Amino acid sequence: MCPSVIQVDVIIPTHTKYLDLIGSIGERIAKELDNFTGDREALAYQLNLVLTEATVNAIKHGNDSNPQDTVRISIHLFEKELNIKVYDHGQGFDLANVPLPDFEHPKESGMGIYLIRSLMDSVTYTKQEACNVLEIVKYLN
Amino acid sequence: MKLNLEKINGFSVLTVNEERIDAHNSGELKEYLLQLIDKGDIQIIVLLANVRFIDSSGLGALLSGNKQAAAKSGKFVLCAIQQQVMSMFELTRLNRVFEIYADLNDAFNTEN
Repeated sequence: MCPSVIQVDVIIPTHTKYLDLIGSIGERIAKELDNFTGDREALAYQLNLVLTEATVNAIKHGNDSNPQDTVRISIHLFEKELNIKVYDHGQGFDLANVPLPDFEHPKESGMGIYLIRSLMDSVTYTKQEACNVLEIVKYLN
Repeated sequence: MKLNLEKINGFSVLTVNEERIDAHNSGELKEYLLQLIDKGDIQIIVLLANVRFIDSSGLGALLSGNKQAAAKSGKFVLCAIQQQVMSMFELTRLNRVFEIYADLNDAFNTEN
C-alpha cells in the first residue's frame, strides 16, 4: 500500500472528556480530503461519530483496574482509503456476536457498533499480544 | 451540560445548549429528564436546534426520556433537529419512535 498522506496518532487516558477532541480530529480530516467527491459534511459527521463510538467502546472495554490505562487511536489517510485503529488493553469482546439493534423495540444502548458498521466499509476486532485493536476502513472516492 | 427549562403553553420546553451530546454528557441529560418526569413534568419538548452532534448514548438518553414519559401517559417531543443529527435518527430508525417537529410552532400547532 502507498505511504499514508496523513498519519495521526493520539493516546488519551480512558476518560470520556476526550471524546470531543478525538471526534473533532476525524471531522477536520474529512475537510482535508482533496479528491473526495461525496458529501463532505456527511463524511465529517460520520468520522466524528465513528471515532467517538470506537473510543467509547475502547474506554468501556479498557482495563478498569488500571487508572493509568490509555486508549490509542491511530488514523491513516491514504489516497483512496481512511484507516482507523483503536487499541484497548481490556478483556476484549467478540465482534461477530454483537447483535443488530432491535428496531421494533429499541434499547438505550448497544447501537455503537451498528453505527460504525453501517457508516464504514470494513470493521474488524482482533486480539493482539498486549492489546486489542478495532480496525475500521472507509474507502474514499 | 447546559440545559434551559421553560414552561410554554403547558409544555416543559427543554433547550439543550450544547453543540455535542456524547457519552461524556449524555448521562447528565438522561438523569435530568428522569427527574423532570419523576416530579410530574410529563409534557416535554426537547429543543435540539443548537446540537450539531449526537452519538448513540445521546440517542439512548432521549429514548429513555421518551419511554419514561410514555409510561406516565405523557408526551415527549423533539424539535428543530439539525440535518446531520437527523441522519442518526434515520439510521437507527428512531425517527419512527419519536414525535419530531421542525420547530416549536409546529409542535404547539399539532397539539392544539
